[in-house]
Amino acid sequence: MTLEELYELGQNFRQKLTTFRAEIHVCGSGGCISSGSFQLKETFEKVCEARKIGADVRVITTGCMGLCGAGPLVRVHPSDTLYVRVTTEDVERIVDSHILKDKPVKNLLYPRDASFFARQVQVALKNMGRIDPESIEDYIAHGGYEALAKAITYYTQEGVILEVRNSGLRGRGGGGYPTGLKWDIVRRVPSAEKYVVCNADEGDPGAFMDRAMLEGNPHAILEGMAIAGYAVGATQGFIYVRGEYPLAIERLKKAIKQSERTQILGNRIFESGFNFRIDLRIGAGAFVCGEETALLQSIEGQRGQPRPRPPYPSQVGLWGKPTLLNNVETFANVPAIVLNGGKWYSAIGTDKSKGTKVFALAGRINNTGLIEVPMGITLREIIFDIGGGIPDGGEFKAAQTGGPSGGCIPVQHLDTPVDYESLTHVGSMMGSGGLIVMDQTSCMVDIAKYFMKFCMEESCGKCIPCRVGTVQLYRLLDRMTNGTATDEDLDTLEELCVMVKDTSLCGLGQTAPNPVMSTLHYFRREYEQHIHEHACAAGVCSVGAEQTDSAVASVHQGEGA
Amino acid sequence: MSKQADKQGNADNRYKYLDRAIARHQFRGDALIEILHTTQELFGFISRDLLLYIARNLKLPPSKVYGVATFYHFFSLDPKGEHTVTVCLGTACYVRGAADIQVALEKTCGCAMGQTTADGKISLQGARCVGSCGIAPVVIYDNDVAGYDTVEQATARVRTWMEEQA
Repeated sequence: MTLEELYELGQNFRQKLTTFRAEIHVCGSGGCISSGSFQLKETFEKVCEARKIGADVRVITTGCMGLCGAGPLVRVHPSDTLYVRVTTEDVERIVDSHILKDKPVKNLLYPRDASFFARQVQVALKNMGRIDPESIEDYIAHGGYEALAKAITYYTQEGVILEVRNSGLRGRGGGGYPTGLKWDIVRRVPSAEKYVVCNADEGDPGAFMDRAMLEGNPHAILEGMAIAGYAVGATQGFIYVRGEYPLAIERLKKAIKQSERTQILGNRIFESGFNFRIDLRIGAGAFVCGEETALLQSIEGQRGQPRPRPPYPSQVGLWGKPTLLNNVETFANVPAIVLNGGKWYSAIGTDKSKGTKVFALAGRINNTGLIEVPMGITLREIIFDIGGGIPDGGEFKAAQTGGPSGGCIPVQHLDTPVDYESLTHVGSMMGSGGLIVMDQTSCMVDIAKYFMKFCMEESCGKCIPCRVGTVQLYRLLDRMTNGTATDEDLDTLEELCVMVKDTSLCGLGQTAPNPVMSTLHYFRREYEQHIHEHACAAGVCSVGAEQTDSAVASVHQGEGA
Repeated sequence: MSKQADKQGNADNRYKYLDRAIARHQFRGDALIEILHTTQELFGFISRDLLLYIARNLKLPPSKVYGVATFYHFFSLDPKGEHTVTVCLGTACYVRGAADIQVALEKTCGCAMGQTTADGKISLQGARCVGSCGIAPVVIYDNDVAGYDTVEQATARVRTWMEEQA
């Protein structure tokens, strides 16, 4: 494969696409599949067949189209019309009216200028929902693998890294470490063997960005990894993907096979001396494996327990070799950066946080779904303009970002710009991109308890502050919610939070108290209500009715056995 | 249990597939998690005998195989029920009332999350987050993902399973 051959392949496929009279794209992401999008696709094919236009209409399943709450979604091209909540009964109408008579079906239409889409800037999600994730030709026809070809043909290793540095891209897993700097560190370590690892162990509850990207545009991740491999001098990549995402695993496997068959991955890529292979490693359901050193342990077939850093994986990683570890979204941004230049990317966003960020909007919000916004946009814009506000006349109470490591942002900070520093400043964090909106039906003490339970069960048990501290924190919170807590417990809670935060070994323990500390900071009144008045304003906690949670007991029984 | 035969003494093809997977990974110890995945896919759960079998083949101490198998939530060392109900307990589902569904199902089945009913019919389990937050709350019945689920729908569905004739 050469750059010319790649262009030709893309050109041929685009040519083929022009022969179709219309294209029907059915969303094939998690949410839409469970509302029946596969049956929908079959029905479209059948109806087109029956109208004798089966060969003229291309019906495909695409990746996530974003508006998950209104699924199943269908997009009709060339007019780029989006239909929402399509049922199998609507199929005939769409085909008869839209495809045959060119008259869109009005009552299913989603307005193109709606603020859900208008406020977004798509870089990482650009082709998602518009191409067939199981076809490498479709990806190439949309400019895929061009960045890899260009990087290898025209750039030196340093040149690629310079572009990434200029782009100002920072780790999208939530850490925010400058990506170009990390790449340069790995490149500088002299070693014959290096690895590139993609962290696709998306463990934060309420986050589905990585899943959507892996399922919707797997080749973009492979391309980003291959570019990284070239830049740092690695020949082997691993994608560590959650076992809970079978569709993502299936599509990644297919994508790897396709790119090997077209000789885009493998030996002598684009007729250079660069060899690169990618293998999958399937996670087995341990949240802590999202922590980089634990993830590497897990790839090596061990218990996923973190180890102290330094040395960082960039120097001593997989099997002791220098290893570059980046998140799915980080890799997804790389092809666009190489293709359009670092300057182009750094023009988006704020001074310190460049580019865009993908968020998974969920919880008590009208437009649940997947969005990509420029850094610096405010939470209010995300929740009320893009998200469409709170359903059922509810009142906004808090936005939770960063999963079990993050915090709750209250109404007075709604105008906080979304960037790494500002979110940390208000006591939460960027995190990987889960954004859960809560209204008056959520009790903040209960939410803190929910996250603490999560951390308690997911603590790997290696270091004591986390293993014991999270259990004690959970017990205290449990007493608050059942009405047996005292003022002294509140003091202990605060003290213990600081201790666990300061003394834990890895990110899981260090950030586990965050949900408690942020809710204590902004919603202290609710804690005091539970303690003094034995009342829960949201009506979630059964304060007064003494009951101990079975969760504490089950953790103490130990795992397995 | 001998290594190539089940309780009835029939040759068990599943061991052949397992052997093939182990060979494909060149008997490497660092392929342990992949092998455990394969084993669970083939047998549904990983029995003590299978753990020993894997340990011997990968030349790993049984303690290590046991340690890894119990560390990860995905691997089950006990047989599963005929049907499995998975309640997603991710944040989005929790905020939209997954806890109520959990409590209702525990009551209906008479067993807690992570357990199987006494008649071996239904296994109840909680999931961290299945990544379908857009249609929360989500419950998975065997392989069927149901979005916007309610307490009534969930208990009704589990009841029909309980009334099924074996």
